Amino acid sequence: MHIMEGFLPSPWWQIWFIVAIPFLVLGLYQLKKLFAEKRETIPLLAVAGAFVFVLSSLKLPSVNGSCSHPTGTGLSAILFGPFITSILALIVLLYQAIFLAHGGLTTLGANVFSMGISGPIVAYALYVAGKKASLNTFVNVFIAATVADLFTYVVTAGQLALAFPAPAAQGGLLGSFSAFLVIFALTQVPLAIIEGVIIALVFKYIIDVRPDILVKLNVLTQNTVNRIREAAS
Amino acid sequence: MKYKAEIIAGIVILAFAIIFLLTNASIQQNLAEGEEAWGGADGQAAEIIESSGYEPWVSPVWEPPSGEIESLFFSLQAAIGALIIGYFFGYYRSRQAAS
Repeated sequence: MHIMEGFLPSPWWQIWFIVAIPFLVLGLYQLKKLFAEKRETIPLLAVAGAFVFVLSSLKLPSVNGSCSHPTGTGLSAILFGPFITSILALIVLLYQAIFLAHGGLTTLGANVFSMGISGPIVAYALYVAGKKASLNTFVNVFIAATVADLFTYVVTAGQLALAFPAPAAQGGLLGSFSAFLVIFALTQVPLAIIEGVIIALVFKYIIDVRPDILVKLNVLTQNTVNRIREAAS
Repeated sequence: MKYKAEIIAGIVILAFAIIFLLTNASIQQNLAEGEEAWGGADGQAAEIIESSGYEPWVSPVWEPPSGEIESLFFSLQAAIGALIIGYFFGYYRSRQAAS
């Protein structure tokens, strides 16, 4: 669930645009490089983008009586890194803001930052750390995708708390942060787990059909691919 | 085991569905007349913000005129994504089978 149109007062909506733009520019630059140097990865980029499309359209009921949707950005963050992912998130958020009045054009900067930048950066960092620690690949993908989804909503709660700090009697900034955290992040816990499981499953299929691209993108080493394929056969 | 990941995913989704059915049963019982459960998390946040006296300073340029039309666009979004995923996985798999 994104921050709705008009729900960020000045100067916050401008601040989040300013924060998001450098990441998007870096993403465009990396995308251009990818198109020029690794053309065979473009179908996989389309799949990763489509994945964000599908998952962020599914509003799922959570345990506490409200609904939210997964982000689906973990897959693309692991495959292509957080900067290219921010571009994919921008496309999805634009679609939802224009056609669905879900999210908004003035809150686009804040929403791109939470869904397209902060979540994916966490996913990417966790995945790289897990790979170094030679964690099981699927467990690693699951953790990275789940935490990224959850972290996106922690950031959303933080963005709203900064813009709407509660009066000092009700705990001030921390008070409103925990109030928004309960709404967004708590709802998200079961959905984040489902998202992590599904992304790990899709990862398995990608290893099945195109392990060479994963090696080329430095997502997996040839050794890991060989080991996984041996275990599967 | 070959289908370990599929089995785990199936179990997690099943557990999710069961938890949903159980919580739904108890929520529906305690619901007051005319009240509706399972609203969006963003709506709840909006309520908190608006209760502090804040008015959104701009409203969406275009809003889906009804819940049906809104679900049309959400389904369209999912369909476009699913189409692309299916197309490329099919492409990869048949290429792999041919080689």
